[in-house]
Amino acid sequence: MAWLLRGLREGIVTTRYPKKADDYGTSFKAAVSVRAATTPSPELTGPVLSRLCPTAAIEERTGEVVIDRGRCILCGRCVEARPDIFAFEPSPEIASLHRGGLFVPEGLESDEELARLRAELRDRVKALRRSVHVRHVDAGSDGAEEWEVAALTNPVYDLQRLGIFFTASPRHADLLLVTGAGTAAMIGPLRTTYEAMPDPKIVLAAGTDAISGGLVCPSYATRNGIGSSVPIDVFVPGSPPSPFSLLHGILLAVGLLPQRGAR
Amino acid sequence: MTPQAKVEWVDPHALAVTVAERVSRGDRFAGLFATAQGDGSTLIRALLAGRGLLDIVQARLGRGAGRYPALTPLVPPASWYEREIHDLFGIEPDGHPRLDPLLLAFDANEHRRPQPGVAPMAPITSLKLDNSALPSRVAGQGLFTIPYGPVRSGVFESVEYIVETFGEDIAYLRSRVHYKHRGIESRFGDLGPDDGVLLAERVEGTASVAHAIAYCQALETLGGVEVPPRAALVRAVHAELERVASHLDSVARNAEGAGQSVAYARMTLHKERLQRLRAQLCGHRFGRGVVVPGGVAGPLLVSPTEALVALRVLEHAIGDDARSLMDTPSFLDRLRGTGVISPVVAARHGALGPVGRASGLVQDVRSERPYGAYVILGFEPAESADTGDALARQEVRFEEITTAFHLAREALDELSEREGPWHLRLPVLEGVGLGTVEAPQGELIYLVEATQGRLTRVKQRSASFHNLALFPEAFGGDVLTDFTFIEASFGLSIAGAAG
Repeated sequence: MAWLLRGLREGIVTTRYPKKADDYGTSFKAAVSVRAATTPSPELTGPVLSRLCPTAAIEERTGEVVIDRGRCILCGRCVEARPDIFAFEPSPEIASLHRGGLFVPEGLESDEELARLRAELRDRVKALRRSVHVRHVDAGSDGAEEWEVAALTNPVYDLQRLGIFFTASPRHADLLLVTGAGTAAMIGPLRTTYEAMPDPKIVLAAGTDAISGGLVCPSYATRNGIGSSVPIDVFVPGSPPSPFSLLHGILLAVGLLPQRGAR
Repeated sequence: MTPQAKVEWVDPHALAVTVAERVSRGDRFAGLFATAQGDGSTLIRALLAGRGLLDIVQARLGRGAGRYPALTPLVPPASWYEREIHDLFGIEPDGHPRLDPLLLAFDANEHRRPQPGVAPMAPITSLKLDNSALPSRVAGQGLFTIPYGPVRSGVFESVEYIVETFGEDIAYLRSRVHYKHRGIESRFGDLGPDDGVLLAERVEGTASVAHAIAYCQALETLGGVEVPPRAALVRAVHAELERVASHLDSVARNAEGAGQSVAYARMTLHKERLQRLRAQLCGHRFGRGVVVPGGVAGPLLVSPTEALVALRVLEHAIGDDARSLMDTPSFLDRLRGTGVISPVVAARHGALGPVGRASGLVQDVRSERPYGAYVILGFEPAESADTGDALARQEVRFEEITTAFHLAREALDELSEREGPWHLRLPVLEGVGLGTVEAPQGELIYLVEATQGRLTRVKQRSASFHNLALFPEAFGGDVLTDFTFIEASFGLSIAGAAG
């Protein structure tokens, strides 16, 4: 009885995302951006840029400062050192269908290439309609990613309301959600899980570690992310990615996202 | 500031006897680590906790020596530590009862060992894990082995439990954690002291703050720097909230396992709100970026008064639901008598954190070796339970949630009255430093070795590593359906254990 009353008093706690933007989601520091297309001044080249970033996510490309979100661990060192150039992005919608799409301010792939990827993925996930089953595999995470993935089932995010469910068996799974830097010992189990899934299947790399290995790579025991073991369809950066970023990535993967959010 | 540890040199042949004698005199065995030296020799250090201090007993194995008399026959909790040393350095502890691979399952003929302390090795390409002969300890008719993992049902960290069973009763269980071994300790060698804290935050992601504090404490001890009181208080606020989050996670998983979906929803709702509050205070849901060597990065992002109000609301909501949950017989029945660690077993192993405190051990780094804000605030550990079952562990966690909120509020109160710098500069580091804190999982130790400001060896001993070795002991007479509760009530991090 006490449970019931407290629950009623609480009212609806579930987010309206993706139908409506969520206040918390839009105030969250989810990624780092370059303020404007910045041409490196003479004192801001090569070694200076690399000293700003412990994971070498900042580089100079065709005369401009570029951040690779697939390497960024959101430590904020660059934002602190050069607030004139770098800033935290207050939006969790940072997933991309292409590794090159994680480079800001300008993605590395052309619009045609992105459109082709999106169309290809749309064809592939057509059969899933509104029932998507997710299998999670940890390939060497630090444990925080699992908390954020599990948070998707709490009453705030309530993944089930969108027709998305976690499943135990890879045989029932449509989407493989992988966390972690890709440890040598997890490559085998990860491949086995992927191969056990029926077609069509989608792979989502959750977190900077899964995309590039983040700060824990290079290391004798890891493979710089999971990309060399399974083909990644959707990249969700973050260290760890927030539940909203994960939700955005999953919806992007299965084509349930309004087009505005697709990069 | 933690006082420098006392170091005693012994001959490798005398290491086991010396440590065993110290343990019989009442010291607690707290770890055994090796470090490769540039000249080809290897240092082996044993850590002993007693009389409010951590002491080091160390021995040098000459170049090519490769073996020493094992500690494990005399000091059983050393077993996993010696398996780790065998995996990472190829050193043979003579007389060790079972040197199965623990962290590395690779073809040792194809690779040299990682040997943290010297230059890192090339990536592993040749894995060797013999699955045809799953280790079995118990023999008998009708007995079979379930390899449970590394990919398990639900959202879990990867680990394999090898369960030997007659069908329902669990006869024996062992864990294989090498799936998640990331070679973190070798990776520290590539980073400077300032970047090292970012890696420390990622060793055990659910205890980021605790790891960052322990790592920085080791540097600060080494550099002879006392953290400014304001910084110590901010650290304590974040560390205590991290403890609450971790304990809520354990409780929620117990509730989920028992099919208490309302309780699960409520507890995960509180946890989400707590994570959001943590992000409000520092910009990160796991408190990353707060702790820096010499202090903290800066002030809290909201005023202490605002934070106090938010904490009170959350504390009351959690308290109400905790009382309801502890009043639900169908739930408590699943935990009572499940996964018992008797006080004798706990004491022999030196069980850490809530696991130890639920089995009669009154120990907590915050009171044994007070550090940072706990010197200012004072801390008395909660009275320990002694039934040692999953229920006792959950009761201890609820109690610790209350004290954690209390400490966080006290720290916030103090904070509004203090002034001064947020961090101090560390000098160029040289030598060996220890840092220890009470993480949500229990005592966490960092040993940092530096030469001319460069990190040559960082060793972390998470409570998850030490307690996971105790995990099989909890399965005396329990059945497969009890597994969830035993695992959830231990509340360990595989990432922290596998390194």
